[in-house]
Amino acid sequence: MTEAQRLVDLIPRLRRYARALVGDRATADDLVQDTLERAWAKLHLYRRGTDLRAWLFTVMHNVHVNRVRAARLTDALDDEMPELAQRAAQGDALLVRDLDRGIARLPAEQRAVLLLVTLEEMSYDEVARTLGIPIGTVMSRLSRAREKLRAMMLGQGAPAKLKVVK
Amino acid sequence: MSEPVTEADLQAYADGNLPEERRSAVAAWLAAHPDDAERIETYRRIAEELRTSYDGVLHEPVPERLQRAVQRPRTRAFALVAGAVLLGVALGGLGGWQLRGIQGTPSTPGDGAGALARRAAVAHATYSPEVRHPVEVGADQEAHLVSWLSKRLGTQLRAPKLEAVGYSLVGGRLLPGENGPVAHFMYQCNRGTRVTLYVRSDMGSNRSTAFRYAREANVGVFYWVDTKIGYAVSSADISKEDLLNVANAAYQQLNPP
Repeated sequence: MTEAQRLVDLIPRLRRYARALVGDRATADDLVQDTLERAWAKLHLYRRGTDLRAWLFTVMHNVHVNRVRAARLTDALDDEMPELAQRAAQGDALLVRDLDRGIARLPAEQRAVLLLVTLEEMSYDEVARTLGIPIGTVMSRLSRAREKLRAMMLGQGAPAKLKVVK
Repeated sequence: MSEPVTEADLQAYADGNLPEERRSAVAAWLAAHPDDAERIETYRRIAEELRTSYDGVLHEPVPERLQRAVQRPRTRAFALVAGAVLLGVALGGLGGWQLRGIQGTPSTPGDGAGALARRAAVAHATYSPEVRHPVEVGADQEAHLVSWLSKRLGTQLRAPKLEAVGYSLVGGRLLPGENGPVAHFMYQCNRGTRVTLYVRSDMGSNRSTAFRYAREANVGVFYWVDTKIGYAVSSADISKEDLLNVANAAYQQLNPP
């Protein structure tokens, strides 16, 4: 199978992760497109025989970090620094009504770890390599992300109220 | 005696990542610690809900624009890579001016972004004090200026409109860069303060960066790279915040979302 085909095969997984990471579909697909373009241009840096999926998620992570950074700089002009523009409307006062909102309120670095572990079902070791952080950091971010979500769920009643996000 | 149960064990238990031989020990521990058992069960349910929520995306039809992203010919990218290697070698000699690439891909030999900022600062310092000959082609011939520089740089350029942030175009000139021609646009506010935009089309490494800020002597520079095009907005006379304001206005127009 060509690498192009393998990249195409991984698009649905990139989209799933991106959707959970940034929220809305258009922004998520923009992130995926930037990721694919960069990966395509930098495919020579991918070492054959290593995990293409992990490499691709590393590329996506880097693209995302840059996009967030650019958005912050833009927003700094208005003395606002929301993590991402499309999430800015979700203030603390807003009740967490569903899991999607809960995820959105996690710090970005915790969200990335939780999503890679949960959606991509990566091992902690793979997450550490993908994000370029020590495994101890993976564990502490995962732990904190979960505890925050749990607290948010408890704050609004039983966890059974978790809602399926469309 | 088995090892004490750690928080990492509990997380792994929730994820089903625990090695077989450890699982029963943790299960036994949880049976004796109902609060933790309930907490871990909640974690497991959150994970399940997350998958339920987002697995649907896996079955959505993939938009064509995403498929197209990996169907372009790659020969050009390879040529640019070769250029980047040469550029990296050349920059290596300068020492100290290469910023570590934001992308953290160590096999890419420097992205030249630091050199971009430095050269932009030098160009600003050279031309902005000019009273009689600040530019080669004036803003009265803007269309000609832009098409001329676009032709020389081999890419369609634009002179951003910066009136909204108080600057109007004075004009521009062609400069020699490291590997080829550079376009240099000059702007001025009504108090006479000048800001320059330095554009090179030979960044080579085919990567994009976010905004960065550098200071060379008394010249402040905001710069970014959009695939092969490097942009730098420089000024010596305004605050970093004011320069950011101008740079951001240019960025918005040059890199529309």
